[in-house]
Formats: sequence, structure tokens, C-alpha cells
Amino acid sequence: MKRGLFTVENNVGIAPGTYRMVLSGDTSDITGPGQFVNIALEGKFLRRPISVCDCEEGRLTIIYKVVGKGTDQMSRLPVGARLDILTGLGNGYDLEKSGDRPLLIGGGAGVPPMFLLAKKLLDQGKTPSVILGFNTAEERFQEEEFRALGMDVTVATADGSYGVKGFVTDAMPEGGYTHIYTCGPEPMLKAVYNKSVTSGQFSFEERMGCGFGACMGCTCKTKYGNKRICREGPVLEKEEIIW
Amino acid sequence: MVKTAVTLSGVQLENPVIPASGTFGFGYEFAQWYDINCLGAISVKGTTREPRFGNPAPRIAETAGGMLNAVGLQNPGIDKVVEEELPRLREIYHKPILANISGFSMDEFVECCAKADASPLTDIIEVNVSCPNVHHGGMSFGTDPNMVFNVTRSVKEVCKKPVYVKLSPNVTDIVSIAKACEEGGADGLSLINTLMGMRLDIKKRKPILANLTGGLSGPAVFPVAVRMIWQVYEAVKLPIIGMGGVQTAEDVIEMMLAGATAVQVGAANLVNPYACKEIIDTLPAVMEQLGIHDITEIIGGAH
Repeated sequence: MKRGLFTVENNVGIAPGTYRMVLSGDTSDITGPGQFVNIALEGKFLRRPISVCDCEEGRLTIIYKVVGKGTDQMSRLPVGARLDILTGLGNGYDLEKSGDRPLLIGGGAGVPPMFLLAKKLLDQGKTPSVILGFNTAEERFQEEEFRALGMDVTVATADGSYGVKGFVTDAMPEGGYTHIYTCGPEPMLKAVYNKSVTSGQFSFEERMGCGFGACMGCTCKTKYGNKRICREGPVLEKEEIIW
Repeated sequence: MVKTAVTLSGVQLENPVIPASGTFGFGYEFAQWYDINCLGAISVKGTTREPRFGNPAPRIAETAGGMLNAVGLQNPGIDKVVEEELPRLREIYHKPILANISGFSMDEFVECCAKADASPLTDIIEVNVSCPNVHHGGMSFGTDPNMVFNVTRSVKEVCKKPVYVKLSPNVTDIVSIAKACEEGGADGLSLINTLMGMRLDIKKRKPILANLTGGLSGPAVFPVAVRMIWQVYEAVKLPIIGMGGVQTAEDVIEMMLAGATAVQVGAANLVNPYACKEIIDTLPAVMEQLGIHDITEIIGGAH
């Protein structure tokens, strides 16, 4: 965990209400995919926790949806703006458990963390495939970037305007994968949990106070005891989840 | 060199800055950010007899100038705190510890305070009769002078260490509560706990917090805290640990001028993990600027 000042290098809309921000700064404490950063914003008391989409030395990419005043403020930040960010938060995904053919499933705001995960799995010589879920064709983002990695990409849209019609679970194969990695809204996670036939890792979202384990604001119950989504999570193992 | 040391009922603190209970866990999360031995003392997470999960999520809501929390006293229970959490904290931290005790019955307060008092690792027992986020306990003990008197007296009977009663601002007259603590034999007072508040989600047309209400903390409550510390300082002779929205060294000085002997920092820790350290680091320069040689000179200095 580290606090650092980052500079906005790029901040553009990539779909209605969805933005990609590239930041430069000290990324040395971001140790893996599935972690998040916590961003301080002028005039807002609490920070905004946002998942890491991509991270290369000194360069952090996040994709965020405008859901309130804080994220709206973020979307207006110009290039060159400086942000106070806590990095290296959360446990992240465990790559060791992937097997050779892991299946990645991201829905909406749960798509971004799948990107760094896919890159890391490819680096390790695995053959990941990914299912991306959106409401409509218009809301799609990051599809081309996933394809550019040379992996198998399936897109599902709830209204059928692009790709498979329906939810990510309608695009899920009955088998043939070795492990599930997923992130998205809780109803989606639960549907994936019910359909999945292997072990898996599920990334959860919760309202947070601090984001680093101090306030107990985001605690949930698991089969292995109470866990803080910000610290022992956001990624939980399939076997420990209590719905 | 300015002097920052203060004394709370015989317990010596190198400086008056204490992270407030519930915003600092049992310290080790913060030891990953900085050496927590710079702190004046630590008030650890509020503890009850039984382990508690606390309230369902969401437990946190933001507001202008602060936040609401409805954690609901999540804690591992007094036995585990005494046997595991405090020894683990002691491995990395060698300054005073305030045990923070809450409860749902008189028996529970007495039993937990006795166990906390018996631990060689505690220095002050902070009795939380002011948690707004639990039902039939916590704050219900702290809003009635008779109940406060009874809790204080009962706890004092089983404690050898200084007992500080942590007061709720959710009362009509905090002075009568403070006086009840003094009559009950309290060694000092901590004030204020959070102010009960509520936020609604206007799209869902429902409360944001699953508990419906939560405790307001952050800079929004600072003037309320200063006012209550002022009033209590005028009315009782007990040392006061002031808290409520403190963010800077200047805030520490303002609260001490109102009557606090030491100051706790709460919500600020959650948005800036270095909050306490930064306040401690800047305090000497701010004192020099204001011509304060010894910080104990200013306690109640505005009266």
C-alpha cells in the first residue's frame, strides 16, 4: 500500500457515461490484477475506490462509470491534473489457480479488472478466454483491446444489440475451462457462481470508508469467517462465498 | 524546542494526539503506513463481551464535510482482544493504549471493563456509552444521567486504571451527563462520539444505510465538539479527551483551548492514513508560530 501523487495523462469517454483515465505516478505497490486504487477528489470527504484496468511501470489505467457527483467530477479532470491516490489495495486475483484454460467473465463496471488479469495469464503461457457483458451495443468498451491480446472474446448484450443476446451466463460454455475469474454486479456474480463447474474467484463491490482495512465499513460474512472486502477481498474464492 | 507532552490521569503521552476508537482497528493496519510509536496513545476498536459481526451493509455513506458510519461495533470480543489483539499490537507499539469498551447491559460493561483493566497492556479504560449504531445498548446508556452514573460507578468498582467515559452528543444537555460521570467517580471524559444522522438514496427513495441511521463524523462535527468541550470544561473538573472532526494541528490547539487535555483523531485517518502522523509532525511548528512553549499551558486557555 502506498500513497502517491499521480498526473492525469489522458481522460476520455469510451462509451456513454464510461471513461478511461491514464495516470502516471509510482505504481510499485500495485502487485497484481484485481486490486484497486482509492482516489481523493477535491471537495469530497471519502476517496473513490476504482479497480485497476491496466498497469505498466509508472502508468496506471482505470476505466470508470459516472454514477454520482464524485465520478462526474473525475470525468471532467483535464490532462495534467494531479490526484492523491492510495495504491496496492485489496488482495487481487490469485494467478496460481488458473489452470491452462481459465475463463474470465466481466460485466459492465466489472470488465476493467479482467484486462490486466488476461495480460498476466497470457504472460504465464495460459490460454484464457473472456466473456464481456453489457446492457447494449452502445455501452460496450475494451472489446478491441481484449481482441488485440489475441484471445478468444465473446460479448453478450442484454438487449441483443450485439453478440450473444442475454447475460454473460447465456454465453458461458457448459465446461472446457479450468477456473473462473469474474467481476461484476452481484446478481451476475451469483448467476455465474450457479452455472460454473470449476473452482473460481469472484470480485465483490461494497461501499467503503477507508479502503485499507481500518474502518470495518465493508465487512462481509464468508464460510471462513468475516472478511473486509477492501483487505481480504475484493476477491473471494468460490468455496467461501455466502450469498 | 516546544513541549508537546501531556498527562491523562497519570498516564504520560509524548504528544496529545490519539487515533480514535473505530478508525484505527487494533493499530496494525496503520503500522504498514508509518511507525505508530509516534502517536501519543491509541484508542483501540470498541469491544463487547461477545464477538460481534456488526450491522449489514451498506455501513458507510458520504456527506458534505464528513461521513456516516453504521458499523455497529464489529469486534472479536473482549477475550480475544485481551489475549490476541493487544499482545499483537504490543509487538509493534510501546506507547499507551486505551481499551474502548461498550456493552448491552450493566453486567457486560462491568465484565468487559474488568477484563480490560486486568490486562497488563492497557493504560486507560474508555467506556463507550455512546455508540449510536447498536440497539438496546451503547448510546441508550449514555443519554440518561442516572444510567451514566450507574455505569460509571459500577465500572469504577472493578477498575484500578483510569476510567474515561465517552459521551454522546445526541443529548439535550451534555453538561448533566458529564456531571453524572463525575459523581459516579469517572477519572476523565472523552467527547464527542458521532452525531446520529441519516442519508437517503433519492433514486431508490430509500435510506442508504442498511441500519437506516448512522453516526456523523468528520470536519462537519468539529464546531459541535468544540462547543460541547467548552461547556463540559466549565462545568466539571475532570480531564477531557476532545474529539470530533479534528484534521490538523490547528484543530488540536483549538480543541485544547476549549478545554481538552488530549485530542483524538477519527474520520481523518480513514481518508488519509497518515493523518495522525502529519498532525504530530506539524504540531511543534504550529505551536512555535502561536508562541506556545508548553502545550499544557493552553488547556482551557480560551475560557
